[in-house]
Amino acid sequence: MSTTTVAHHDEHTDHPTGIMRWLTTTNHKDIGTMYLTFSLIMFLVGGSMILGIRAELFQPGLQLMNPDFFNQLIGVHALIMIFAALMPAATGFANWMIPLQIGAPDMALPRLNNWGFWLLPPSAILLTLPFALALFGIGDGALATGWTFYPPLSIQGGIGVDFAIFAVHLLGISSVLGSINIIVTLFNMRAPGMTFMKMPMFAWGWLITAFLLIATIPVLAGAVTMLLTDRHFGTHFFDAAGGGDPIMFQHLFWFFGHPEVYILLLPVWGFIPQILQTFSRKPMYGYKAQVYSFWAIGALSVVVWAHHFFTAGLPVPALLYFMYSTMAISLPLAVLFFCWIKTMWRGSMSFETPMLFTVGWIILFGIGGLTGLVLADVAADAQYHNSYFVVAHFHYTLFAGGIMGIMAGVYYWLPKMTGHMYNEKLGQLHFWLTAISFNLTFIPQFFLGLAGMPRRIPDYALQFAEFNMISSIAAFVLGLSQLIFVYNIISTVRGGKKATDQVWEGAEGLEWTLSSPPPYHSFSEQPTVK
Amino acid sequence: MLKQAMKKIGFGLFLLLTAPLALAEYRWNFPEPVTPMALDTLHVHNKFMLIVAVIFVVVLAIMIYSLIKHRKSIGHQAVADKAPSTATEIFWTLIPFVILLVIDFVIMGIPAYHSVVMMEDTRNESDMVLKVTGSQWRWQYEYMGNTDKGSQDGLVDAKGIKFVSNLSTPQNQVDGTTPPVDTPDSPYLLDVDNRLVLPVGAKVRILMTSTDVLHNWWVPQFGSSRLAVPGFIRETWVQVDKAGTYRGQCKELCGKGHGYMPVVVDALPKEEYAAWVALKKNEINEQAAGADKEWTKDELMEQGKVVYEKNCAVCHMASGAGLPPAFPALTGSKITTSQIFDADGKYLPDSHMDRVLNGVRVMPAWKALLNDTEIAAVITYERNALGNSVGDVVQPAQVKAARQ
Repeated sequence: MSTTTVAHHDEHTDHPTGIMRWLTTTNHKDIGTMYLTFSLIMFLVGGSMILGIRAELFQPGLQLMNPDFFNQLIGVHALIMIFAALMPAATGFANWMIPLQIGAPDMALPRLNNWGFWLLPPSAILLTLPFALALFGIGDGALATGWTFYPPLSIQGGIGVDFAIFAVHLLGISSVLGSINIIVTLFNMRAPGMTFMKMPMFAWGWLITAFLLIATIPVLAGAVTMLLTDRHFGTHFFDAAGGGDPIMFQHLFWFFGHPEVYILLLPVWGFIPQILQTFSRKPMYGYKAQVYSFWAIGALSVVVWAHHFFTAGLPVPALLYFMYSTMAISLPLAVLFFCWIKTMWRGSMSFETPMLFTVGWIILFGIGGLTGLVLADVAADAQYHNSYFVVAHFHYTLFAGGIMGIMAGVYYWLPKMTGHMYNEKLGQLHFWLTAISFNLTFIPQFFLGLAGMPRRIPDYALQFAEFNMISSIAAFVLGLSQLIFVYNIISTVRGGKKATDQVWEGAEGLEWTLSSPPPYHSFSEQPTVK
Repeated sequence: MLKQAMKKIGFGLFLLLTAPLALAEYRWNFPEPVTPMALDTLHVHNKFMLIVAVIFVVVLAIMIYSLIKHRKSIGHQAVADKAPSTATEIFWTLIPFVILLVIDFVIMGIPAYHSVVMMEDTRNESDMVLKVTGSQWRWQYEYMGNTDKGSQDGLVDAKGIKFVSNLSTPQNQVDGTTPPVDTPDSPYLLDVDNRLVLPVGAKVRILMTSTDVLHNWWVPQFGSSRLAVPGFIRETWVQVDKAGTYRGQCKELCGKGHGYMPVVVDALPKEEYAAWVALKKNEINEQAAGADKEWTKDELMEQGKVVYEKNCAVCHMASGAGLPPAFPALTGSKITTSQIFDADGKYLPDSHMDRVLNGVRVMPAWKALLNDTEIAAVITYERNALGNSVGDVVQPAQVKAARQ
C-alpha cells in the first residue's frame, strides 16, 4: 500500500453504508457505538421489568401479576442489567476509548470484535423470548429462579432455565472474546513511549477486568452446563440423591459471581480519576497507588466468593477465612477513595454534569462499600442475608457504583464521540433527579431489610407497607428520569453546539488531541508519548 | 379563612409525617432480640453501623469542605502541577490503609470472631433437638427428644411430636381477590395453622433439611438463619429467653410459594410447654386410633377438603383446574380418575396413590408430610369432588399398607 492511499484513507472512508455498515463493521468506533446503543436499550428493558415489580410491591396484596411471573421478572431483570446493560456499556467504552487513549489505530482483533458484539442481540432474545412464547402457550415463561440459577429450584424449572443457560453461554463467549481483544490490544498496540505505568487508569481498569473475565467466565459456563446436564441428561452434580451437592453450585456460581462485581466496577473506577483530574484541573493523585490497588482488588476478588452464602452452613474455619478476606477488600478500596478525594483537594473544581455524577458516585458508592464491610460479618450477615438490606446494598454498588459511573462517562466523552455538546441543563436535571430518587428508592429498603422483609417475595406483611410505597414511588421517578438521559443523548447525536477538540478545559490524554468527533480512522500516524 | 385551612393542612401533614415515626420505632433497626444470638447480632450490628457511619461522615466532611473551598467559581487556583515523590505517596496512601486495617481486623474482627464461634456452637449445653424440614411451601417440625442435659434439667420430653405448619391466611386474600385482613393475632401472610412451640430458656439444637429445593428458616428476633438443603443436614440453634409469639419467613427463593411459607413460634414457659406436649401426645394417640378404624365417605370428604385447600390448592387451584402447563388440572385428569389398586390390593405405578405418596418432579412426596388419614381423605376428596365423581373411597388402612 502506497503512502498516498494511506493519507487518502482518512477522508475517503470506504465502508458499506446503511445496515451493512453496522453488520459488517470492524471499526472500533462503530462497534463501540453499537455496544453502547445496545446497552442503553437493554437498560430501558431491564428497568421497565423492575418497574413492574415495584408496581406490584406498591401495596400489600397481589394486584398485577402472579407469583411465578414476579419471580421471572426479578431474575431476568438482574441478568439483563448485569450482562446486557452494564457489561456491554463498559465494553462499548473500551472499544471507543482504549484505542484513542493508547494511540492505537483500532483494536488488535477487529473481526473478533465484530463477532463479540453480534453475539449479544441473540442472547438478549434468548433471555426474553420465553416471555413471548408463554403468551402463545409454549412453556411456562422465563427463568423463575432469580439470576443465581440455584439448584434444585433451577432443575425443577421450565424451558426458561434452558433459554437462560444458552443466553449465559453466548454472553460469556462474547465477554471472553472482548477480553482477549482488550488484552492483546493493550499489550501490543500502545503508542511508543506509553509504558504500562503510563497507561490511562481506564485502560488499567479494563486490563484487570479482562483477566478476571477470562479467569471466571469459564467456571460459570461450566456450572450452567452441569446444570443443563442435570436437567436433561441424567447427571447428578447438584442432586444429593445421586451423590451430588446443591451447595457446590453456589461455590461455582459465586467463584464467577463475586469477581463479576469487580468486572462491572473496575472499568468505572478507571473513569473516576480521569474525570476528577479534568474537572479539578490538577493531575490525579497516587497513580501508582491506584494501579496497585486495582491489582490487589482483582486478586482478592477471586478468593472471597463464599461470603454470598454464609448461611448455607459452612464450617467455622471457612466462615472466618471468608469473613476476614472479604474485609480485606476494604483496604485497597480505602486507598482508592483517598486518592480520588486527594485529586479534588486544592484543585480548581467546576461542576459540569460528568463531575456531578462522579462526586455523587463517590458518595453513593461509599455507602455501598461501607455496608458491604458490615455484611462481611458472618453473625450479622445471618440477619442481612437475602433480606432487603442486601438488595439495597448491591444497588448502591451496582446502580450507583456501576450505572451512575457509566453515566458520568457518557456525559464526559459524548462530546468527543459526537462532536456536539450535550444540553448541560438537562444533564444536571438528570443528575439531581437520579441521585435523589435513587436514594429515596433504596434507603427505605435498608430499613425494610432490618425489619425483616426477605427479598424476592411478591407480597408482604402489612408492617412493611409504608417503606415499600415510598420505594415504589421513588423507583418510578428514577425510571422516568432516565428518559431525560435518553433524550439528551439522542439530541446530542443529532446536533447541538459544536464541541472543541479538547472539549473540557482541564482534559488531558491522547483522545483529546483528536478532532471531535474523531476521524473514522484515527491515529493513522502513530503518536508518541513522552 | 385561607390561613386557617392552611394551618389545618399543615397540621394534617405534620401528623401524617410523624405518625409512622411514633408508631413504628422498631422499624429503623432489628426487631427486639429474644435470644442470646440475636442480642449479640444487634450489638455487633449497632457497633459496626456506628463505625461505618463515622467513617462515612468524616470522609464526606473532608470532601464537602474541598467541594466548597476548592472550586473554580470562587477563584481557587489548582496547586502547582507537581507529582509527589514515591516515598510521600506511599506514606499518604498507607494512612487510610492502616486505619482500615485496624478497624477491620481489630475493632470489628475480634467481636465478629466471638459471634461466629457462638453462633456455630449448636451442641454444647443444648437441652433438646428439633428437626425442621422445609418443603414447597410449608415447614414440618419434628421433636427429636431431649439431650441428657435437658432431661436432667427436668424438661418434659416431646419426642415423637411431629406436625406440618401451613400458611393460614385465607387463599382468596393470598391470590388478591379480596383485600388483605390483618389482626394482631393473625397478621397478613405471617400466621400458620400449627405453630412451633418451644420452651422458654431451653437451648434448642435445630437440625435443618429440605425435601425438595433450598429453603431458609428465619425468625428475625432469633438472629439465626440457616439454609435447608435437600439431602443434607444443617444445624443452628435458638434459645428463646422471653415468652411470646415470634414470626419470620422463608428467606431463600423456593418457587412461586416463596412468599407464603411463614415461620411462627410460640415460646411458652416450661409448665405451659409441658401441658402443650401432653395435649399434643394425646392428639397423636387419637390419630393413630383413627387410622385403624373404617371411615365413612362423608367423613373422608370433609377432612379431604380441608387437607386439599391447605396443601394442594396453591398449585392445583381450589377448583382443581390447576395452572397448566406447570401445574396440571386434577379435574378429569387420568391420574385422579383411573384405578388405584390392582387385584391384590397393591397400588399401581403412576396411580393416584403413587403420585400423592411419592411425588414426581415438582409434585412433592406427601408421605413425609401427611399422615395416613390425611392422605386417604385427600385422595378420596380429589376423586369425588373438583368435578370428578369416580365414586370410590380410600381408607387410612390402605394408605398405611401402601407405605410398606
